[in-house]
Amino acid sequence: MLSRWAVESKAPRFRHVRGIVFWILCGIALLLIITPALAIVISVLVKAAPALKWSLLTNTTQNVQNPGLQNAILGTLVLSLGVVVVAGPIGILGGIYLAEFAPKRLGGTLRFFSEVLAGVPSIVIGLVAYTALVVALHWGFSVLSAIIALSLLTLPYIVKTTEVSFAQVPRTLREAAIALGLSRITTIRKVLLPPALPGIISGMVIALAISTGETAPLLYTASFSNTNPSAGLFHNPIGYLTYVTYYYVQLPGAQDQALASAAAGVTILLVLLLIFGGRAITARQRKMVARLDV
Amino acid sequence: MILVRRRAGGSSTGPARVARTRTHELTTGDRILQWVSGIAATIPLAGLLFITTILVIWAIPAIIYSGFTVFTSDKFFIGNFYNLNFSSVNGVVAPFGANYGALTFIIGTMATSLIALVLAVPISVGGVLMLSEWIPRQLEGPLSTFLELLAGIPSVVFGFWGLTVFGPFLGAHVYPALSHLGVVLPFFKGSWAYNGQGLLTASLVLTLMIIPIIASTTRQLVKRVPVLASEGALALGMTKYEVVRVVTIPYVRTGIIASALLGWGRALGETIAVLLIIGMANNPPVGIYGTTSTLASTIADELDSALSDGTGMALRAMAMLGLILLVMSLITNLTGRLVVRRISSDALPVGRGV
Repeated sequence: MLSRWAVESKAPRFRHVRGIVFWILCGIALLLIITPALAIVISVLVKAAPALKWSLLTNTTQNVQNPGLQNAILGTLVLSLGVVVVAGPIGILGGIYLAEFAPKRLGGTLRFFSEVLAGVPSIVIGLVAYTALVVALHWGFSVLSAIIALSLLTLPYIVKTTEVSFAQVPRTLREAAIALGLSRITTIRKVLLPPALPGIISGMVIALAISTGETAPLLYTASFSNTNPSAGLFHNPIGYLTYVTYYYVQLPGAQDQALASAAAGVTILLVLLLIFGGRAITARQRKMVARLDV
Repeated sequence: MILVRRRAGGSSTGPARVARTRTHELTTGDRILQWVSGIAATIPLAGLLFITTILVIWAIPAIIYSGFTVFTSDKFFIGNFYNLNFSSVNGVVAPFGANYGALTFIIGTMATSLIALVLAVPISVGGVLMLSEWIPRQLEGPLSTFLELLAGIPSVVFGFWGLTVFGPFLGAHVYPALSHLGVVLPFFKGSWAYNGQGLLTASLVLTLMIIPIIASTTRQLVKRVPVLASEGALALGMTKYEVVRVVTIPYVRTGIIASALLGWGRALGETIAVLLIIGMANNPPVGIYGTTSTLASTIADELDSALSDGTGMALRAMAMLGLILLVMSLITNLTGRLVVRRISSDALPVGRGV
């Protein structure tokens, strides 16, 4: 390596030209990241803006004259709530185990496979939930199968953020707890949980953002419903926002296109709100942890 | 003082291990929590095993029916449900004329994801280097928000944008110009759909979707490049570009390869965006602009009609496609994560954007 550079340094002007070309290409690369990101958000919001009406919140997609998104928005909320209830406790407990109890090798293995699960394509999770729950267990298109599919999808994120939040609690606090002779469960509840909580919440918020934006795992578990969500976990299809975009954008009518745009606009706003909200919580937590560390 | 701080905020196992009480000192409540949380911690692994097992069990009849033709035939036909005759191979009965060749989808999946990967890696690395070397500190934060923005956009919104804005734009303005390059580079020749639907558009959108995965890892690593080494290189009279080539790139190379593998995994499994943009033709692409379909998008698109198969074989064929996709994404993921595990510990698991 060194000898190559020594040779190249014989032509100083050429070196600078190469540097300039390289940095121009890098600048173009940065533009190729920024421009599309802006273009997508702006063009989707511009397309959605004329379609955003008050009736979107009061009508369902069933309304032929003036279709709205009420059933889809409520459905997305129900599914998100389900993810909080199912994936939340499991993920948080799993994260606590990895941070506080797991022997090193077992912890490493569990952590590794949890992350591999995060890489499984969402349509595969949807397909498995369909064959196992909807067909084999005769649940039908149902709220519960959709919630389980989404929970499997978001679990790795909750586990990871919980584990990291606990691990980031300063050692001094743990040592103080040991010195007080506190049991592990009391240490976790009274000493470690308060500073870790913002991190855990931000993990949940990210899980919510993922489940709000997903479509593939829901197509064959939740199916879709034109009416508002109703009670019942089994044999009960439910609507959700992403489906409206996915389905109506493929229809030719102007009204259908407008509805698809509106749903895309609402989805992107919701998801970005959740993501940046989650980041804000994480940033605050870092400051707080830094203060605690004496 | 500084040393203590660094250890306290350091690796995820460090502080926990130091401060743990020994096992025989656990109270009953501790033991209960240990067991309950231990069970919770195994659920992701159990889920992974469950997914694999279910797919294998469901796919077996379709595998017996198709044999090796899955990989050699590009004819995917779920059969004529209205014909009173049935096709039977190796004792497995399927609707008349059913043929589950997945070659089209495998080609489509590999082509879209590889084009996306080849474009996304240099764009991500170049963009991150620009961000870290030339952009002023005050602007670095706001500009990196665009990465988070790109990571946060849901798949269906990418699909919506690709179908209604980006595809038509490419079809009207970019592809005509690109096809003139066909004189020099023959693979740019070909015809395209007026709304841009096809392989290249899908690949370009996938590129945007995996840029955040590769860029965020690269950014973390670039920040950790030892200052002494790069300052030493500067002191030797190297230009900024040479410092990057001699110090930064070798330092982050492994991480880039690992994140590229993870990004590849994401591109393989991307469903809804690709479904909306690629044109869902049941044949291998004709030229780089041609319409085709991928494994993931076919499962989402065809499962609907697979439901009406009385013999149930179409669903098993879908499970077979899902199994092929799972194996592909597990290979990229396992390799990528084995590499990345050595590098970072606190980052979110990469997979679905965000």
